[in-house]
Amino acid sequence: MNTIIIDGLSFALPLFIMAIGGIYCERSGITNLAIEGLQGFGAFCGALFAVSIAQYFAGNSPVPFYLAMLFAFLGGMLFSLLHAMLCIKFKANQVISGVVINILAMALTEFMTKQINASIFGAASNKFVLGVSARITVPVLSRIPVLGAVFTNLYPFEIVIALIAVAAWYILYKTRFGLHLRACGDNPHAVDAAGIEVSKVRLIAVMASGALSGLGGICFAYSISANFSSNIYSGYGYLAIAALIFGNWKILPTLGACMLFGFARSGGYELVKVLEMPSSYQDLVMVLPYVLTLLMLVFFSKKNHAPKALGEIYDKGAR
Amino acid sequence: MKKSKNNLLHKLILQTIGHEKRQPYMIPVFTIILSLIFGIIVIALLGSNPLGAYYNLLQGSGLAPKASYAGHKGMITDFTSFLNALTPMLFAALAVLIALRAGLFNIGVSGQMLAAGFTATILIGYSDLSAVIAKPLTVIIGFVIGALAGALVGYLKHRFNINEVVSTIMFNYIFQNVISFLINTFYVDPVSRQSKNVGAAGRLTLVDVVIGDYKMDIPLGILLAAVGIAVTAFILGKTTLGFEIKAVGSSVRAAEYAGIQVGRTRVLAMMLSGGFAGLAGVTYYMGYFASIQPKVLVSTGYDAIAVALLGNSSPVGIVFSSFLITVISKGSTYMSSTSGVQAEIASAITGIILLFSACGAFVKYKVNRWKEDTK
Repeated sequence: MNTIIIDGLSFALPLFIMAIGGIYCERSGITNLAIEGLQGFGAFCGALFAVSIAQYFAGNSPVPFYLAMLFAFLGGMLFSLLHAMLCIKFKANQVISGVVINILAMALTEFMTKQINASIFGAASNKFVLGVSARITVPVLSRIPVLGAVFTNLYPFEIVIALIAVAAWYILYKTRFGLHLRACGDNPHAVDAAGIEVSKVRLIAVMASGALSGLGGICFAYSISANFSSNIYSGYGYLAIAALIFGNWKILPTLGACMLFGFARSGGYELVKVLEMPSSYQDLVMVLPYVLTLLMLVFFSKKNHAPKALGEIYDKGAR
Repeated sequence: MKKSKNNLLHKLILQTIGHEKRQPYMIPVFTIILSLIFGIIVIALLGSNPLGAYYNLLQGSGLAPKASYAGHKGMITDFTSFLNALTPMLFAALAVLIALRAGLFNIGVSGQMLAAGFTATILIGYSDLSAVIAKPLTVIIGFVIGALAGALVGYLKHRFNINEVVSTIMFNYIFQNVISFLINTFYVDPVSRQSKNVGAAGRLTLVDVVIGDYKMDIPLGILLAAVGIAVTAFILGKTTLGFEIKAVGSSVRAAEYAGIQVGRTRVLAMMLSGGFAGLAGVTYYMGYFASIQPKVLVSTGYDAIAVALLGNSSPVGIVFSSFLITVISKGSTYMSSTSGVQAEIASAITGIILLFSACGAFVKYKVNRWKEDTK
């Protein structure tokens, strides 16, 4: 039971932070299918930085990990400017732009990882080895029965994510800027009439989405895969999108959806282990979150209300 | 000084892509040239000879002679092998195209390919039917399985309002993992760690045919692909269904107002799209290759998006664009072994082409604005 909670949380929280980024972006009126590419590119930047400074720190030092998080944050933000440019400035189709960003991120990071490994580190390898981040256990709280598992064997990033998530919730729902952002997604003309520049708000929203996606990406690289390679593109970003659609573009219900994915996954793995099934059955378990997503969408899609102006190119002159 | 230079550039651009009738093909050409220049800069920065590297791409695809060949091999063998790789790409591009025309975005082509290829493999590839029966059956099964997978996506969109992008991605992962499980449990070849090779009877490529002094692989599917392109052009251009598909793609509301059943049209378009993806699947897994690697989705389905966008979503356009993209991807192995550029740069260039072609509408808008300004 404890393993299910511990592993489930460490999968759900990075997913959640990506989904929050997605919520920011989509509530401002820009469709964001680029999360998958943004998290990969962010993770690439973070991993590259961590690998290049690793020699200056002791093997067990947590400093490279925190710096990697920072750089993943920045890298994701940088790459998201591309999405912003295509969607806001070039008025490209936002769905196409998202898919383009994903394909480009995958191709670029794969190429650069190989190239950098070959020319700088002198190794023919297609990944940056990172290792798994150290875990911490909160002293008193972890003794609470059942719920204590939440505070046991935590990855440090889970705490960072929780803090950022609270801040993101506050900004979106309790500040003027949050109000403007949400208004941009529902009625951009009204926002414009109130004297606020729609494209600026949207730009910030897209950048926030890129930064948070990058953060989520590096967390996966430091926990599940323990390296950066093309394995990072195994659909986390799309799961985040599914979570936010299921969460009706609201932060708290989205947290619930992410938890469901996380626990479905860790519970499934635990089941394979307990029943002593051959390891190929893990492939079947991997399907669980995706099947769940589809089923949930079947039941909830009709009731969902996407932001009204989502995916529409904002044209000042249009009535 | 700067202004006059700008004017010259303006004039040059207006001369080349300003003409509205020529824009449908001049803008993609412009896009490709920009991307190739980008590639030249990157390769030069990496310290290799860019033009040499591009020539290697042509050599690797059998479009230019290599310096030396192994026994029984020549330019023609490379070229038939290139056609072998081109076939699934053409079908995959048709799949993306027909969905795109209906305003739908099928990024599940790779998953649909896998589902169709796997079903055909276990039903026909592992049977001992004679070639005359097996080959047509492979094609039929491929089309039907793909069409069913596509129709399901269309139905989910129509009935439950599920965005096709999300559902196709979910199906991609579901197909990938379930089929990987089935292969690893029942059909794995212990040496290659892939599914067992299919028999020659059901395969859509004739392997090691000796013609003259050369041994080559002849893809039968390329003829089928030509038929597919003609049929698509006919459906889109001359039939009611094609008209309805295009109407729904341009404006759902207008189509509804005109009395077109939007849901039915969408399901049909996705069905056709999935069917073509299925054909791409059988020509890939039972033609170009003879086995399936578990846990891997081929990039063809994603490259096909680039091909369809670049080809202006027209059946004729994609012939040219899939030719180009296949040259880049097929030739990259030879390029990497000869000039030492990482093969992954091929997909990076494809990505850049895709990026620029996504800006196509903006370029068109800007150029037309300039034209009005100069008037």
